Amino acid sequence: MSKYLVNKFLFTVDRDTTLTERYREDPAGTVAWWEAEEANKILNSIDAERSTWLSFAEEERQALATHDHVALFEMGAHPFLTLTLWIAMFERDWDEPLGMQLDYAAKLAHVRQPYPDISC
Amino acid sequence: MAKLVAILATTHHPFFYKTSQLPADEAPPFAADWVRKVEAYRETLTRAQPDVLVMVGSDHFHQLWLDNMPQFLVGKAPYYDGNWENEIREFGMPKLFFKGHEELSAYMLREGIDRGFDLAFSHELRVDHSITCPIFTVRPQNDLPIVPIYTNIFAPPLPRPERFVQLGKTIREIIDAWPSEMRVAVIGTGHLSLELGGPRQFGPHGPDPEFDAKAVEWIRDGDIDGVLSNVTLDSLHAPGNATHGFMDFMLMMGIAGYARADYADNLNLFHTMEAYFTWYPDPSLVSGPPLTSKGALLR
Repeated sequence: MSKYLVNKFLFTVDRDTTLTERYREDPAGTVAWWEAEEANKILNSIDAERSTWLSFAEEERQALATHDHVALFEMGAHPFLTLTLWIAMFERDWDEPLGMQLDYAAKLAHVRQPYPDISC
Repeated sequence: MAKLVAILATTHHPFFYKTSQLPADEAPPFAADWVRKVEAYRETLTRAQPDVLVMVGSDHFHQLWLDNMPQFLVGKAPYYDGNWENEIREFGMPKLFFKGHEELSAYMLREGIDRGFDLAFSHELRVDHSITCPIFTVRPQNDLPIVPIYTNIFAPPLPRPERFVQLGKTIREIIDAWPSEMRVAVIGTGHLSLELGGPRQFGPHGPDPEFDAKAVEWIRDGDIDGVLSNVTLDSLHAPGNATHGFMDFMLMMGIAGYARADYADNLNLFHTMEAYFTWYPDPSLVSGPPLTSKGALLR
């Protein structure tokens, strides 16, 4: 499990409009590219100083590659990061205000407290 | 010594700016009441005539990230940019530009460290909507230098509520001791019950109206003991998964001490309750006629 790396994916994709659109259109391809090229970049450092050990667990890779926000929630991805990115990608597909957000919540209706731990 | 002329503790609602800009025929039904309450609240800062603003907020994973996460951070820069591209995208807010107040930042850091808080610092900080929202609401002319203070309410492990209150008390001591003739106001923003990215998000009101009702009473009454005996890091999960932002209100209660607020107002909106509090530590420093209203919670 690497909740940190899942969060890093959500964080870096959300803040880059090009990446946000790429992830919307090609989730599996974007996740594969990102894990190969970006996952080990220490933000703010040069390539020679990459980390050497970060990779997704299979269920994390799968959840990201299928846009499965319910699975991401259940595995303890930071809910603010997931929500913000989902708004950026999918709010446009809904006609009514907050339609996306309410659907997002409804798909999590089965969740009971305490919610999954979001500590990394 | 510096004069602490006003303490403002408020929710920060990133949709206020956009809502307030809509023509009446396009605005949602709650917009007029919301704008009216915000304008009344703005007057509580205006009449204090501050020279500098200490702004307490919390970065929402914009500049501060999990590879390098401070618990409490003070900005020390001559200028600050404000708002991030993904906030502009989601909330429709413009970018802002602030003057900093480096002398007060330096004093806050030195004194804070010497008084028991090993504060992190930043010489280049783009502040986010936790700090820009109250500028849109209470100081839209954005004409005053700021000292931003960030708290971690977002990335566990978090400091405990007691620590937020203690930091507030320490900030108060530092401002009171600052050898300056400036008039200082402190503006801090947080949340009442709030859910983001969970099953209770974006409901017809905040996720826990019972918590919200108690919370606004604690704040209004300056009931630090009451809030500390009822709120823990664990208990804050129950009212909503983003409710740890309430600890920024607790920090502001620490600054105000055990004082009852001089202005207290709230407004139930979809998704969350808005709340607006002001304290005047020394009313003799505030000139002009008294407030026409003390807010709905003090009637």
